[in-house]
Amino acid sequence: MIRMENLTKRYGKNTALNNLTLHVKEGEFFGYLGPNGAGKTTTVKILTSLVKPTAGTATIGGHDITRSSLAAKKLIGVVPQAINLDMELTAWENLLIHGLLYRMKRGAIRAEARKWAAFVGLSGALDKPVNTFSGGMKRRLTIARALLHGPRVLFMDEPTVGLDASGRRDLWGLLKRINREGATIFLTTHYIEEAEALCDRVGILDRGRLIALDTPAALIASAGKIVVDVFEGDTLTSRFFPDRASAGAFAATVQGSATIRNANLEDVFVKLTGRRVVP
Amino acid sequence: MKGFAGVFTRELLIIKKRFLKMLISFSITPLLYLIAFGWGLGQRMTVEGVPYITFLIPGLIAMGSMTRSFAISSEINIARFYWRIFEEFQAAPVSDLAIAVGEVLGGILRGFLATAIICLFALLFRVRLHVNCVFLLAVLANAFTFSSLALITSMIVRSHADQSMLNNFVITPMAFLCGTVFSLKALPGWAHILIAWLPLSPATRAIRAAALGRPMPWGALVTVFCFGIVFFILGTYTIRSAKA
Ligand SMILES: Nc1ncnc2c1ncn2[C@@H]1O[C@H](COP(=O)(O)OP(=O)(O)OP(=O)(O)O)[C@@H](O)[C@H]1O
Ligand SMILES: [Mg+2]
Repeated sequence: MIRMENLTKRYGKNTALNNLTLHVKEGEFFGYLGPNGAGKTTTVKILTSLVKPTAGTATIGGHDITRSSLAAKKLIGVVPQAINLDMELTAWENLLIHGLLYRMKRGAIRAEARKWAAFVGLSGALDKPVNTFSGGMKRRLTIARALLHGPRVLFMDEPTVGLDASGRRDLWGLLKRINREGATIFLTTHYIEEAEALCDRVGILDRGRLIALDTPAALIASAGKIVVDVFEGDTLTSRFFPDRASAGAFAATVQGSATIRNANLEDVFVKLTGRRVVP
Repeated sequence: MKGFAGVFTRELLIIKKRFLKMLISFSITPLLYLIAFGWGLGQRMTVEGVPYITFLIPGLIAMGSMTRSFAISSEINIARFYWRIFEEFQAAPVSDLAIAVGEVLGGILRGFLATAIICLFALLFRVRLHVNCVFLLAVLANAFTFSSLALITSMIVRSHADQSMLNNFVITPMAFLCGTVFSLKALPGWAHILIAWLPLSPATRAIRAAALGRPMPWGALVTVFCFGIVFFILGTYTIRSAKA
């Protein structure tokens, strides 16, 4: 559904995206992880036609994003990382403009706007100006807007930032449902448990390069299923082991305090991107 | 092309929301001119065969429709870099042409709004204008041309500071020099030729001729439309090249 071939994006001397090749299947729930500045937003912006790639090609549903960009754009919905709502207008007016941009009929826009506003918990706020909204409400509105025209591919760049715990759980449920109904989802997130809970496959990006790509379970297995966290003074080190027996044997030799636990996707992320000391 | 409805609706809604504020701010400048120059000087002086205030009002219409149409430049700039609203248009399945049409129509509407206000002032100051199809066509040419120019600059200019530079060094001088508030005949020959090249000059001539019921200088009107078409094509093209 989404095919990126050798995508490269340079900003001056800075290479934001380096020769990225990645295929996301139809109906897949794809998680896109990486530390700050890895190039996640750049990828989403290229795929949604906001930024031109320096080199390489991409297609969405078989449509080349530069040569037949209108056909590609018809298929997609976007929740951008930076909120881009019209603050002077009401929520309903924002949705109306969106619907018109996607050639929807007014009646359909009204019906869909009601439906998605209810889904994201904004039913009572449709006629209020967006500049009176809280950060979380704005975020929910961008999500409703992205879904309004029934996109087959949904790009979400950190959609749960700024949502409270229950809002996030609600959104998870909603995304699962949309995905079950056939939409392909490309989700960028820093909440690794989110990717673990939702995604069929996860790609980890670091400094513009894809450094891992697999199912969450396989990634965890490849790093080592069991983790021993060792606290020595104020430094935390994690060691990975294939099973509990070897982990237990190691823990017994530790001077300070050690905890044994199951590995999660965060450990994989940390191990691969080197954000915490890993032996 | 059809996607322009979304872009234009956005501009309509914004105008609706700010309507009262716009009416007031669009009124201030022409009103000050009319009081200072129209009343102050207008009674005794005649220019090109009419009382100065009669000469001045069509000039103010040219000036007002130009500046208000051109003002969409900074609006689009803010929408682009501050609110990022432009991304919503760029990610939607609408062509660059549709975006251009929507934005330029919004600018034209502002130009006509400014014109309508000055026409009301004309009634107030008892100056009779010929508001007919030819007049509307001349205003349209002017508003279209400067909305299109605004589109180009909004896509090229990257900061608010550059935007106000542009206003100070291009738009404001043009607003004063192109025969809006004084007769170009008063200028020396070389200045006359220089200024005649600026698009507002033929626009002012066309608008004044129409408003005062004189024979329309069709050459001038066609010139304005030509400027407009060139600007519009360039504007549509700059939308494409505006991507990072
Ligand atoms: N418009 C731009 N001009 C110059 N450099 C840019 C621009 N946009 C992004 N970059 C650079 O490209 C790199 C990747 O940025 P990007 O926004 O894609 O990262 P990200 O993975 O989304 O990070 P985050 O987790 O912080 O959102 C960074 O080094 C950033 O500085
Ligand atoms: Mg980002």
